[in-house]
Amino acid sequence: MDFYLTAIILGLCLSVMGMGIFMSMKVFNIPDITTDGSYTLGAIITAIMLVNNISIFFIIPTVLLGGAIAGFLTALIHTKFKIDALLAGILIMTALYSVNLSLLGRSNQPLINTKNIFSSFNLFFNNAIYNQLFIAFLIVIIIAFIISYLLKTDVGIAMRATGNNSLMVRALGINDEKMKIIGLSIANSLTAFSGFLVAQYQNFSDINMGIGIVITGLGTVLISDALKSLFKNKSILGHLVLVIFSSIIFQFVLALTLSIGMNPNLLKLVTALFVLFIVGITRFKKAYN
Amino acid sequence: MIELKHLAKTFNVGEPTEVVAIEDVTISINKNDFLVIVGSNGSGKSTLLNCISGNILNDNGEVWIDENDVTQLKEYERAKWISRVFQNPLQGTAHELSILDNFRLAALRTKSKKFSIGTTLKFENKVKEKISILNLGLENVVHKTMGTLSGGQRQALTLLMSTMDDSKIFLLDEPTAALDPKSAEIVINTANKLILQLDLTAILITHNLKEAISFGNRIIQMSNGKIIKDLNNEEKNKITINTIFNWFQ
Repeated sequence: MDFYLTAIILGLCLSVMGMGIFMSMKVFNIPDITTDGSYTLGAIITAIMLVNNISIFFIIPTVLLGGAIAGFLTALIHTKFKIDALLAGILIMTALYSVNLSLLGRSNQPLINTKNIFSSFNLFFNNAIYNQLFIAFLIVIIIAFIISYLLKTDVGIAMRATGNNSLMVRALGINDEKMKIIGLSIANSLTAFSGFLVAQYQNFSDINMGIGIVITGLGTVLISDALKSLFKNKSILGHLVLVIFSSIIFQFVLALTLSIGMNPNLLKLVTALFVLFIVGITRFKKAYN
Repeated sequence: MIELKHLAKTFNVGEPTEVVAIEDVTISINKNDFLVIVGSNGSGKSTLLNCISGNILNDNGEVWIDENDVTQLKEYERAKWISRVFQNPLQGTAHELSILDNFRLAALRTKSKKFSIGTTLKFENKVKEKISILNLGLENVVHKTMGTLSGGQRQALTLLMSTMDDSKIFLLDEPTAALDPKSAEIVINTANKLILQLDLTAILITHNLKEAISFGNRIIQMSNGKIIKDLNNEEKNKITINTIFNWFQ
């Protein structure tokens, strides 16, 4: 039972990154690879501050700001120097590896004896794992509501239109570059926040924990897309809930492959193949229709 | 209202593909003028319109709108004067957004966008009222995504969207070229009606000679990046489709 609960909690923690990818990929139509770096950045900032006994309430804004700066820089390179978004993201991701390593000063940091967001609040449950589940669920739902509200505001409509038709957006007096900068900042804030959650859930931060994480995020969003057309969902909040659900499905698949005795070294390969499979069936379904 | 002074634009300067799109164009378009531009493909019509809207920045010369030098202003900064309808009906609207959301953005063209929800019931009713003049029944489906509508419907909505906020100038780049005859008629007639009703200054690029004759109070012909004919209202009223046809010979 704990085995499945662990997958659900990890899925919830990673779904925040999924929502970040949703922002960059679905809303702005930008493939943002900064994710690998900003996810680790969030975890590293969390580790340093937790070890120094700094309150969670200071760690959260710092993590959000750190991620936002990473996204801001990627968007700045992309919009001002007219460099492909993919390349801009790779540049910042690569640079962040050194930044993360210098910040932490070592390659990993255990967080066994530190108080964290899951142990700080004991709500209703005496069982630690149910408490973790509940806290993760609460946080993720609050974030989904905030993003869904944001995307319905006038600025949010402008953001969604930017990813859709930037020519029209400029003709309607909107600075599309500014929108992309705000959008990628928010997306990477979310990704860093996901690193913040996972670091505390796993009780360690590692300099390599972000490698390939963008694929998990992309896979999550792709599954949510498939579910969206299945459920004929139209609302933004509905889509975000599907992103959360998809993130959990993703972790379930990985947990299952481990439980049937798959070599953990092959986990990234399984991840890649699973995403390929999802892309494959959505494309096949389109071609079939 | 719009003044172009010695406007010039060359694409791919210094490359084998170098092409002079506009060569020293000077023209003054008065307030409430409805200017029609004709000319063969590659004559510089669209480039001229794009230089006015700021979609393309000119190499030489100046663009003045309403007594303001806008030569250095970006496209989105010029949007406070200009409404545009594109040749491709899909370019004027965001296809994944609902009709209502598209209209919301259009209503804020000259205003700043805020972090508050503006698609209220009151706004929705305003949009429905506006759309109902098209008689296409679209007022009942304002929550439908733009992508589900036909090109003609989207082009007609693009026109109405431009009237959601204060407009002074209307730029129409072959708005009916991609439409079937019936949709084309709805779009061009709606455009004409709006231009007259709202006292707009308008520029229409068209390859449709019937449109060129029927609409506007001034017509110019462009060729190789230059204006080679310029007829005022009186002269324009005298010409026929054949006259214009012969200009292309």
